[in-house]
Amino acid sequence: MRESVGIIATINKKKYEIEVAPNTTLLDVLRDQLGLTGTKRGCEIGECGACTVLIDGQAVNSCLVLAAQIDGHEIVTIEGLADGNTLHPLQESFLDHDAVHCGFCTPGMLMSAKALVDGDIDPSEEEIRIAISGNLCRCSGYQQIVDAVKEIPKK
Amino acid sequence: MGSKHKIIGKPERRVDAWGKVTGRAKFAEDYSVAHQLWGKVLRSKHPHAKILRIDTTKAETLPGVEAIVTARDIPGSKVFGIVVKNQQILCEDRVRYLGDGIALVAARSREICEEAVALIEIDYEPLPVISDPEEALKPGALPIHGDKNEFVHHKVCKGDVEKGFAEADFIIECTFKTQFVEHSYIEPEAVLAEPAEQGGVVITGSVQNLFSSRRSVAEALNLPLSRVQIIQATLGGSFGGKDEVMTSMCCRAAILATKTGKPVKMVNSREESMLESYKRHPYVLYYKWGAKHDGSITAMEVRCIADGGAYASMSPFVTWRSVVQATGPYCCENVKTDIYAAYTNNNYTGAMRGFGSPQVNFAIESMMDELAAKVGMNPLEIRMKNGFENGAVTATGQKLTHTVSLKEVLTKAAQEIGFEAKWQKYRSLKSGEKKRGVGLACSYRGVSLGAEGTDAAETIVSVQTDGSVIVSSGVTDMGQGAQTQMSQIAAEVLGITMDRIQFLNTNTSRVADSGPTVASRGTIMGGTAAKNAAEKVKTTLLEVGAAMIGCDVGSLDLAENYLINVKTNERLASFSELCAECFRKGKPMMGFGWHHSPPTSWDEEHGQGDAYFTFVYGANATEVEVDTETGKVNVIDFVSVHDVGKAINRGMVIGQMCGGVAMGLGYGLLEEFEIEEGVPKQLNFDEYLIATAMDVPRIRTIIVENEDPAGPFGAKSVGEPTNELAAPAIVNAIFNATGRRLYEIPANLERVLLGHKLTRTGKRGSEVKANHG
Repeated sequence: MRESVGIIATINKKKYEIEVAPNTTLLDVLRDQLGLTGTKRGCEIGECGACTVLIDGQAVNSCLVLAAQIDGHEIVTIEGLADGNTLHPLQESFLDHDAVHCGFCTPGMLMSAKALVDGDIDPSEEEIRIAISGNLCRCSGYQQIVDAVKEIPKK
Repeated sequence: MGSKHKIIGKPERRVDAWGKVTGRAKFAEDYSVAHQLWGKVLRSKHPHAKILRIDTTKAETLPGVEAIVTARDIPGSKVFGIVVKNQQILCEDRVRYLGDGIALVAARSREICEEAVALIEIDYEPLPVISDPEEALKPGALPIHGDKNEFVHHKVCKGDVEKGFAEADFIIECTFKTQFVEHSYIEPEAVLAEPAEQGGVVITGSVQNLFSSRRSVAEALNLPLSRVQIIQATLGGSFGGKDEVMTSMCCRAAILATKTGKPVKMVNSREESMLESYKRHPYVLYYKWGAKHDGSITAMEVRCIADGGAYASMSPFVTWRSVVQATGPYCCENVKTDIYAAYTNNNYTGAMRGFGSPQVNFAIESMMDELAAKVGMNPLEIRMKNGFENGAVTATGQKLTHTVSLKEVLTKAAQEIGFEAKWQKYRSLKSGEKKRGVGLACSYRGVSLGAEGTDAAETIVSVQTDGSVIVSSGVTDMGQGAQTQMSQIAAEVLGITMDRIQFLNTNTSRVADSGPTVASRGTIMGGTAAKNAAEKVKTTLLEVGAAMIGCDVGSLDLAENYLINVKTNERLASFSELCAECFRKGKPMMGFGWHHSPPTSWDEEHGQGDAYFTFVYGANATEVEVDTETGKVNVIDFVSVHDVGKAINRGMVIGQMCGGVAMGLGYGLLEEFEIEEGVPKQLNFDEYLIATAMDVPRIRTIIVENEDPAGPFGAKSVGEPTNELAAPAIVNAIFNATGRRLYEIPANLERVLLGHKLTRTGKRGSEVKANHG
């Protein structure tokens, strides 16, 4: 097995050239190598969704992606959702709807929701529930999260 | 009434939410420091065995390993426990469940830790595994601790049950069973322990009850409490679950940090978390009621056996709440309740949201529907007939002096879902592949710790010279919103807006021991302490203001970030100017608020007393659809009604209600942590199923507010009551739909379709089905 693989990827609009071990997941690279700890480790088998990030706009469990696979791709993590100090409308909506409880599922929830609303500006409740069905939340019962995604403040 | 407050009861954003939506919030695993080592536990290979030999020599020579620790290296107490001190930080001569730890490794990487753990050699002599609590209680069963496995027996005795049964027209007897439940906080356990500059240790971790964890670390290391500092990282859910399992992790990391002189980080994988952590108690519940044809209850006899697992943990307290509440909010002159807890070689069981009430509520509310069916009443009528009203006397002989809103919440829940008409309609519809049903459940619940123990808390309000405010408390936030509630209370008292408040995560060295944040006591205890603290500061500020303006203190107040004249509402100075003046005059701008709960009492021998200083009331109503071909139950409508006293923050109360229902739905339909012969079957979320957004329906929430003088601004509690009713409401709805009652939960496909549980035999599904016909 090779010691490391060189990859070039855009993460939160910034270009990174990094060396990663071939068996390293994207989750490990984000958290341990790049210090982007907003992406959470919950189950490491793709069940809880706490590690959800966007790869080329698509929501994925970063614990199931090998870091080497992101070579040439564009990644957005929770740290890249706000524009500087200006929160993304989804973030504002989560704050307004009390959709944040313990907050551990929140980054993954937001990234799944972003993938949804980027493709469909007015999703139905059913579509929202399907979009976040891979993100487990033990605190909220999901209702305030669904409402937050449904009622994003219009800019 | 609502207009008298500026902040209380108003929609306010959570004080901790900005960091959580931006990824800035730091949970325990997010903390790393230079030169930190990784720590790992070697856990047992057997659920029950003697340890004959521990050989760490190979592991010690592995490059990168900095320390190997066994029980012999623990300088102080090798065991801990809040009630019974018998939980081993590391096992020396005997393991009692698969989650037991035997040795610790500290190494320069996680990978080296894994390798080192694999090199430690242990010789075991397996002992018989006791996995059934009723077997554990039988004479001759091998004692897991001491000389017998029964370690708790609580009782309640009121009147004379024999007389009550003699007076009855008929008797109902049922046996119910509940399951192990995993807390399923999405954040697995993690700590970072650092050696402190002057000796001792500083721990940052995902700890729910910092003060009890600190006590155990201090005892394990032979340190004074002052040298053990535990700082709560932002906590990714707990639900009662990050208590002893975290105490154990804190002790282990602290031992490694002290031994190596370096920071040590420990993080559980999900599998390690589920394997080691404690669960909700499974109960076997024997219920026997005597009743009259008019629906009144003449006697209630209850016997429950709780599976305590390998260690005592919170079992004595959990089962105590069960014994107090085991006959529900229903009038009955003759009650006899006995609750036992037994040691087994299963995961130990302890605190989990609800704390001994979900089990008994499942039985009580099922019995109530059985009684209704026997006397030809509907489930609402039978509860209205027997339910508590103002001044009722409970099974423990306590006269209820607060507003008893049981019938108010029941009626509201039933009306909202259209209960009576639907119940009548669905019970008469017997055909069809998919059947509908409605179900009802209600409860009363003692607030805070009650007669369990000392009940006091501290909150500190520190006003800065520029008019910003720092609040901290010994009551912790684990996502339920305690920080926001306390901030709102402080802001209300100080007449300031919420943006001025910064809340600090709890640090055991900077605030007084406030007991555990459990028993839905955060708002009522921490909140009252916050009110007291803010009122002290306010008194000082108004005195300074009076001197500054040259008027009576009585003519001044604080509102909307200003010092005002109470009569004219004229703004006399800004809050910031007032704070600056206060500083110039050298007055104290910090308020220490303390709250001690009103008295409670308990006579253990007779099982009588004023168990809790106040109670809350709740009701759930649900509509389900049962697929009679598959056994699948869909919850299609849900109403949750709770009297919270006063909602400090309605959004957060609704959040508690929805979250409680989702967890309760999992308890009723999905979740089961199966242990066979001491071996858990589910260790991650692929097999342990919690409700997803697709499983939970839209929940209709109704907040009832009967203000209670026992709490700040009339507030009581909401966290746990929301979680204790969904399962019986759902099971009662299944009964309405199918005419068949389930006596065991979860009501998963096999129980609903076949009427019993299926266990994995390793055979193909078709063969299993064939065996059961």
